[in-house]
Amino acid sequence: MADNRPAASIEAVESGLAAQGYIASRQIATAVYLSQEIEKPILVEGPAGVGKTELAKAIAAWRGMKMIRLQCYEGLDEAKALYEWKYAKQLLYTQILKDKLGEVLGGAQTLHQALDQLHTFGDVFFSKEFVEPRPLLQALEQAAGCVLLIDEIDKSDAEFESLLLEILSDFQVTIPELGTVSAIAPPTVILTSNSERDLGDALKRRCLHLHIGFPEQKLEERIVESRVPGISQTLRRQMVGFIHEIRTLDLKKLPSVSETIDWARVLVLLQATELDHEIVKDTLNVLLKYEADIEAARPQLTAFIAKASRQNVFG
Amino acid sequence: MRENLHRFFRAARGAGVRVSPAESIDAMRAVSRIGFADRDVLRDTFLLTLAKSQDEKRALGECFDLFFSKPEPAQDATEGTKAGNSEQDDSGAGFSDASSESGDGDQTETLGPLAQMLLLQDRNAISAAIANASGAASLSNIRYFTQRGIFSGRILDAMGLQRLRDDLDNLTATNPALAERLQAALDGLRGTVRDTVSQALLLYGREEAENLRNEILRNAPLARIEPRQVEQMRALIRQIARRLRERYSKPRKRQRRGHLDVRRTLRRNAAWGGVPFLTAWKRKHRDRPKIVALCDVSGSVARVSDFFLLLIHSLHEVVDDVRSFAFSGHLIELSDILEEKSPEAAMAEIMSKVGFGSSDYGNSFDDFEKGWMDTITPQTTVIVLGDARSNNLDPRADILRRIAERSKRLVWLNPEGRMTWGFGDSEMPRYATFCSVVRQCATAQQLERAVSDIVATYQ
Repeated sequence: MADNRPAASIEAVESGLAAQGYIASRQIATAVYLSQEIEKPILVEGPAGVGKTELAKAIAAWRGMKMIRLQCYEGLDEAKALYEWKYAKQLLYTQILKDKLGEVLGGAQTLHQALDQLHTFGDVFFSKEFVEPRPLLQALEQAAGCVLLIDEIDKSDAEFESLLLEILSDFQVTIPELGTVSAIAPPTVILTSNSERDLGDALKRRCLHLHIGFPEQKLEERIVESRVPGISQTLRRQMVGFIHEIRTLDLKKLPSVSETIDWARVLVLLQATELDHEIVKDTLNVLLKYEADIEAARPQLTAFIAKASRQNVFG
Repeated sequence: MRENLHRFFRAARGAGVRVSPAESIDAMRAVSRIGFADRDVLRDTFLLTLAKSQDEKRALGECFDLFFSKPEPAQDATEGTKAGNSEQDDSGAGFSDASSESGDGDQTETLGPLAQMLLLQDRNAISAAIANASGAASLSNIRYFTQRGIFSGRILDAMGLQRLRDDLDNLTATNPALAERLQAALDGLRGTVRDTVSQALLLYGREEAENLRNEILRNAPLARIEPRQVEQMRALIRQIARRLRERYSKPRKRQRRGHLDVRRTLRRNAAWGGVPFLTAWKRKHRDRPKIVALCDVSGSVARVSDFFLLLIHSLHEVVDDVRSFAFSGHLIELSDILEEKSPEAAMAEIMSKVGFGSSDYGNSFDDFEKGWMDTITPQTTVIVLGDARSNNLDPRADILRRIAERSKRLVWLNPEGRMTWGFGDSEMPRYATFCSVVRQCATAQQLERAVSDIVATYQ
């Protein structure tokens, strides 16, 4: 499966991702295809747990490339994201090379001469050997290309966005002491955001903007099928139908795809063959993460189960 | 097709999607890879490259659907079969051979191209001709609904209406039946052109129309807007809130280079025996605004208070803490009500609790001092929104003085014009002595400026 060549068509992307267990909607596949065609990063937005991070992993697995992940948080800065000087190593080397330096500068009569001689050796201590590459720089240095996942960019500070602009538009970074480092092979960049804050226009402009919402029922059934193979078709239909009913409620946190998959696993473990009131009531805490939400959903359960089962008969 | 894409970008801008030149270049590049074969994929492509938020995606999706659905030329049912030869895309080449099919061969030879086209009911040719004529009349420049007539006329002229009229005159004398058919076809054409123009107005004129409407709305007195405009006004207020958020939600910590933070520097460099490789600089914290708002909800001020509360409470990203209170005869706290309910429901509840009474500023200030005076800290801006008409009751300006002393600033927003302050039962001059700022605040624009200034003092 692993090949580095870009996919020839949208269908190829779709089937390639499917082989890795990621069932992509048409729009997702189009985004992935376009991003490699016109070499632009993808900014993925959507609620938690719909598979934003998973998408990057699937692309990496499908194209057999390394995935480099940069988890964003408040206070993330250049030194942790881009590169850092190995101060300790620099210090150590100056100590070790002290004698050598003495030899080199031995011939010098005056301080001025010594300084001039020192200049001829260039910036030995600010060379590539002393740079500690952090995720962004690592991604540029991969000869075979890679998938760079910048996760939850909305958690980082606004300044950090500006830092990303150069890398996103030209796939290069500028290190003042060394000059500009360009990517050997342009990485596939995926940025994810939970829309906790509005991202800057400059960042958005450089990306393809993909919004992944909750999937349609058919698609979600296929996702469950690929992720939890042991589940029977009847149960799968019923549970996905039930979750779609739950999502119509006004809840604090709606169950997303990851919850669906967890729930499917739980149901398989409990050896359920079809949804009934008892089992739903016992496992509701897998789906809903707030006590208030569970309280709000409880009176509706019977109706939802009935509806989901009916759907099964007709559809 | 390039021309069409450019027109689509223009239409997208009209629909409120910000399409920069760089984005249109990206979209072009993407489209050149994707092709026009599959409309759904094309739609997805535009949504990915042009739209940058979900609202924009929705707007752009609608715009796409509208743009790529051309109004179909009306088709005469009896002539339907002849329209079948749809291979004739080119309006010029089609007629000569097709005209031999129609029964009135020698008759139509003498007619103008438009008349021939209409009589042949060649839908593709007519569509193409309308598209060409729209281009010639630069239909995409349409901005206001009043221009519809002009553009329809221009398009018909460009298609050769003059010649058609002459033909019609001649035919009525020689061949009345054919003339009648031509007349019917012409009416159909007029309808199609009208639809084309209406669609173009929807596509290209929306932005102008919206700007014009918003401009009027911004300067309309809030207290007297009509019920049907309330929804639009709410949208406008939300827009203002977004603008203020964008302007003022910049980071609050600013590094002050030049002042070394010795403690943090030493701690950070402990690993290297205190040799300062990494320096830490002193930072200056900026406070986020804390606001206490007292809103008069009696009579005519109620509407203004409504919009003011909506604005203040949509600023949570900029403003740290808002406590709001409403009063007319007495005073209640609103923060919980506003948090739990939608703006409409919350306002209804507030009104049922304290609304529409005759206002008593003295009593309301007294309520505030007894219950919530400790919410005011030296970082707080207190905003009083009201007309200061206390029905000749005791104004209790002494309480206002104490509020002013406790707070950072005291801002009074008065929906009435300056000319009326101090006349009748208005206590404005007496209250004004204790206020840091007194402003008139009757329109959305004044509201925006007032709130913007308040937030700006914290930057």
